Amino acid sequence: MPNQYEPVIGLEVHAEMQTRSKMFCSCAVVDNTVAEPNIAVCPVCAGMPGTLPVVNQRAVEYALRVALALGCEVNYTSIFARKNYFYPDLPKGYQISQYETPLAVNGQLTIKTSQGEKIIRVRRVHLEEDTGKLTHIDNGSLVDLNRAGVPLLEIVSEPDMRSVEEAKAYAEALREILRYLEVNSGDMEKGVIRFESNVSVRAAGTEEFNTRVEIKNLNSFRALERASAFEIERQSKVLAAGGTIEQETLGWNDVSEKTYSQRSKEDAHDYRYFPEPDLPLLVIEKDWVEQIRASLPELPRAKFQRFVKEYGLTEYAAGVLVAERAVADYFEAALKAKKVSAKSVANWIVGDLFAVANQAGETAANSQVQPEALAELVELVDGGVINQTTGKDVLIEMYQTGKPAGEIVEAKGLKQVSDVDFISKIVGETLAENPKEAASYKAGKTAVVNFLFGQAMKKAAGKANPTVVKAELERQLGL
Amino acid sequence: MSLTPQEVEHIAKLARLELTDEQKTRYREQLSAILDYVAKLQELDTADVPPTAGGSVSQMPLRADEPRPSLSLDELLANASQKQDGQFKIPPVFE
Repeated sequence: MPNQYEPVIGLEVHAEMQTRSKMFCSCAVVDNTVAEPNIAVCPVCAGMPGTLPVVNQRAVEYALRVALALGCEVNYTSIFARKNYFYPDLPKGYQISQYETPLAVNGQLTIKTSQGEKIIRVRRVHLEEDTGKLTHIDNGSLVDLNRAGVPLLEIVSEPDMRSVEEAKAYAEALREILRYLEVNSGDMEKGVIRFESNVSVRAAGTEEFNTRVEIKNLNSFRALERASAFEIERQSKVLAAGGTIEQETLGWNDVSEKTYSQRSKEDAHDYRYFPEPDLPLLVIEKDWVEQIRASLPELPRAKFQRFVKEYGLTEYAAGVLVAERAVADYFEAALKAKKVSAKSVANWIVGDLFAVANQAGETAANSQVQPEALAELVELVDGGVINQTTGKDVLIEMYQTGKPAGEIVEAKGLKQVSDVDFISKIVGETLAENPKEAASYKAGKTAVVNFLFGQAMKKAAGKANPTVVKAELERQLGL
Repeated sequence: MSLTPQEVEHIAKLARLELTDEQKTRYREQLSAILDYVAKLQELDTADVPPTAGGSVSQMPLRADEPRPSLSLDELLANASQKQDGQFKIPPVFE
């Protein structure tokens, strides 16, 4: 069965636009995982009669940033619509959203998978408002409206993904872009990005689309992956057994790792969309769009390509650096500070700086060690003033004390010694103290040289230049 | 244009209304009459009229993104029939 069926996946991504105030009123946008319930609620977002919505300009700006970053065509006139349904987290009994004529259409996102790059088309991007939060208790439910009315961007892809890996790559790439654009923290644990996966399967090699199911409210990449994989498997089995797939809306249980039916087609939501009578058309000036377009930062994919091309980094290193805009900026700031090798700086960041910062529970980019300080360390190591191993220790000390590398090296006398007379003496002593090993080397057991090298380095308290030690050792043994 | 009894029941369900048989018959007549009335608009030729979406203002004024004070908890919950822990309390909700 494995390759008999091909999955077809489309994703709807809901991302909060992290403005200061809400979409249609001036209540503050608060972190609803820590804020006291209902501290940022007014008559508008509580759905009280007689109130009127007013659109937040920055929410539109953020949405346009995303739309432009995805290469969408902007609708200079778009329409808000009411999506009607009853649920206690929706105080008005309708959500203000966009239906016909959304903010932007026809974009695309290039993803990277083990198969190479692939373009996923984006069908539409529209603005709407988030709902409140329900907490279920024994004899009822509690309603917190802090989140109600927070600007929400819905980004809908075409059904262009053909594997769970592609779906995940798309979701991750989108999150990266949202973070680069500084419109969303990407903090999945706080629920600021949520996914809906639309999944169907079809016989491999065929082109038509089969009945799809929607899996709602996926709050993590893991849930997105697992739920989509579960559905592909389930649908493949049903089809293989000669059954048919029902169109339905599913939920995902994170604990049992199974999808469950929420709604079948018969009682599918009838949202009765109609243009929002409380809001005029959203008219966007071309100048404003061009201004936003011009202010877009370099996006992850372009930065990745530039890092590989301009700095000769490996794809791995470039990928790790680019994953966080702040880390990429850190890298380039270090290069700007001193004339050092880009590859070395990248290796130090991806390797030791990450490790040290991680241990301190920080991220590399906001660590104690400033880019200039790291550049100095790299200069010392690459210039042969200290060796690699000493460099690692110096970095840890820099992290703990905030002192510059040069000062630490000076104060602790860590400078590597390349003086041939000194090293020659050390090597001579080492050979004299280990006559057996020296003899067996001369008898042809050349592997023993590593042991002798280690002994010599130890004797020099790690400060000897390893290249010189190696050369000297070979010279004396080769006699 | 006459609505079917099933359509009336569907609309009632969406509006969370429970209707008696007598009401269903009455509302079916009334709603059908309303639809007939509105259907007159279909007779107009609007081929050359650009679509619009409500409102007398042609263009929407946007609001600066500046937070302002919200309601106090007491004000917000003043009319709630049930409350608990600073939240509205409602009958149990199950998916």
